[in-house]
Amino acid sequence: MSDKISKVVIDTDLLIIGGGAAGCYAAVVAKETNPSIDVTIMEKAHIERSGCLAAGINAINAYLNPGETSETFLEYVKKDSSGLVRDDLVYTIAEGLNEVTRKVESWGLPILKDEEGNYVARGKRSIRINGERFKPIIARAALQSGTRILNRVAATNYIVVDNRVVGAYGLGVRDGKFYIIRAKGVICATGGAAGIYRPNNDGSASHKMWYSPFNTGTGYAMGIRAGAEMTGFEMRFIALRVKDTIAPTGTLAQGVSAPQINAKGEKYLQRWGKATTPQRLQATLEENQAGRGPCYLDTSHLTPQQANSLKEAYLNMCPGMVLAWADYGVEPNKPLEIGGSEPYIVGGHTQSGYWVDIHRRTTLAGLYAAGDVAGGSPKKYVTGCFVEGKLAAQAALEYIKGVELTGPSPEEAEMEIRRVFAPLRVEQGFLPTELEEALQKLMDEYAGGIGSGYLLNEEKLLIAREKLVALKEQAHQLTARDSHDLVLAHEVIDRIDVARVLVEHLLHRKETRWPCYQTRTDFPQRDDENWLKFVNSVYDPVNDGIRMVERELIVLSS
Amino acid sequence: MSIKINETVCNGCGGAEESFCVRVCPGDLLKLSAGGKAAIRDPRDCWDCAACVKACPRQAIEMYLPAQIGGRGATLKAKTGRDKIIWTLKHPEGREEVFEIEAEKVI
Ligand SMILES: Cc1cc2nc3c(=O)[nH]c(=O)nc-3n(C[C@H](O)[C@H](O)[C@H](O)COP(=O)(O)OP(=O)(O)OC[C@H]3O[C@@H](n4cnc5c(N)ncnc54)[C@H](O)[C@@H]3O)c2cc1C
Repeated sequence: MSDKISKVVIDTDLLIIGGGAAGCYAAVVAKETNPSIDVTIMEKAHIERSGCLAAGINAINAYLNPGETSETFLEYVKKDSSGLVRDDLVYTIAEGLNEVTRKVESWGLPILKDEEGNYVARGKRSIRINGERFKPIIARAALQSGTRILNRVAATNYIVVDNRVVGAYGLGVRDGKFYIIRAKGVICATGGAAGIYRPNNDGSASHKMWYSPFNTGTGYAMGIRAGAEMTGFEMRFIALRVKDTIAPTGTLAQGVSAPQINAKGEKYLQRWGKATTPQRLQATLEENQAGRGPCYLDTSHLTPQQANSLKEAYLNMCPGMVLAWADYGVEPNKPLEIGGSEPYIVGGHTQSGYWVDIHRRTTLAGLYAAGDVAGGSPKKYVTGCFVEGKLAAQAALEYIKGVELTGPSPEEAEMEIRRVFAPLRVEQGFLPTELEEALQKLMDEYAGGIGSGYLLNEEKLLIAREKLVALKEQAHQLTARDSHDLVLAHEVIDRIDVARVLVEHLLHRKETRWPCYQTRTDFPQRDDENWLKFVNSVYDPVNDGIRMVERELIVLSS
Repeated sequence: MSIKINETVCNGCGGAEESFCVRVCPGDLLKLSAGGKAAIRDPRDCWDCAACVKACPRQAIEMYLPAQIGGRGATLKAKTGRDKIIWTLKHPEGREEVFEIEAEKVI
């Protein structure tokens, strides 16, 4: 079959997979550090508006405002994550947050300032921006840096030779060609994964979700298939969001100090003391279970001027929210109903991803990870992704100094071509949406989705495990009519691989560490004695098995 | 969530290598129809990011909420300037609200 598929071979020094926040930033740093090296970004969409930042954002959520230090940042992130984070990773992120912020400001990002010229704080670690055009601004910087941009090429697998990652295969989304990118070093920056669980809305609104529905975990899946060690998948991210529009709530809770109230008007978080991020969600679920729902963010105190700036803040990030107010004929001072989102796998908010060292080196030689795809450091947000992009780029440049280009054997390339294009040859199989729905249904019902109150237990997880194995078989019957379908088909295959690892992580941690994100009804207590450690995994392609690994928590001494 | 493309206003960005909306959609959901107008493959795949709404040089694209979460007639359009963006929100009863927001520090 490969005779009919045209191949494109490209050689580069540094390949960056995913041209989002982390990828674009990494490219700029690499070219600044050494202008003579050849850097290539491989992006499945077009870098101008691809990834999480497509709509824009209205705050930089990881920034050290006056009074905050790297130590206080680490302390906060650790406390909010029930004591279990990679101190070294969080700390190295903190060290770079303000520098990357100044840099993107110099590229044209408008950061709000007070009369004295200081950034306007939204919280201790957050500043306000007009970030509607954030993505085009960083994309332009990447382009101007001299990086080669391959838009519309979706990575499908790493090229691995002698246990080293030496490039990646890709599918030309528009041209239907097969790409073989040979590189001395590779940075994975493909973001996290949405669409593993049944989403909040269905049918015509099913993509009305918080995380980008187009980030489907391919970077995780490629790492899993190549045998990279993964960490923290069981710390899923479930967002407390505005019901229906799934719009972020920080703009309200932090931006205009809107408290969480229940249907009786009670500020129910008061019972929780200083609630962590997952506890604010857990409290909301409990109010509903106790019959005191729905719950709201109380915005009734807003002045008309505040209401107007709130609309502007949402236009900068989630314009659908402004449409919802207009559709219902209300202003932002009507309290907004809130609830939990579908669970996402995202290393930038929680900590699922590649197990990396402080240089963002993965366990596979030649492969680095940055941003939402990298594990161990929750709450990195956009600026943390930039810092990781920088660290990964710097380390990768050192690594490639001693490396010669090499490529796959014709047989290996042929095998990947067959795998990638297989759905084009299947007639009367499953359309990608059909298997996507099957995946989302089983994960919702047996692996703690919205429909099962996010609750997990061993018996259900074992059913999920079994169903996923069957689903992986069914995925051989995926059919595609064109390249667009083909990408969708692989997005389903990749999510099945991610879901299988996720279920093993959820099974392995026999305690409840992060309420909602990971609530084991059969092990309801937090158990520091046995479980204050990382749950990691390595996939074994030969036996199609997933081996679990436990790694100790290492505390950074001050 | 989805978008409506005004076919009398859309000219497929005639002359451009690729229509702007087709280029920017992060989900690759837009394409040119046989008649040379932009069209969305499947409205249910739309994320609501408004990248296409902002990219359209003729303001031919507006967004709306699907019926299950709104859908009562409100629409949003945008006009992108060098350093700012101007949004026009149309309420169901026809009233328009305009927001002019800084989008970039031109340096
Ligand atoms: C709705 C929303 C609002 C947010 N608001 C804020 C905020 O206000 N403040 C804040 O600090 N942070 C915010 N964040 C978080 C922040 O945007 C993300 O953490 C950050 O963008 C992640 O960067 P990344 O590079 O890891 O992923 P992304 O920026 O999503 O980039 C990943 C890139 O990889 C590409 N890709 C995926 N798969 C492939 C493949 N197979 N081949 C090639 N390319 C591929 C994608 O198309 C994309 O371009 C928000 C996130 C979301 C979703």
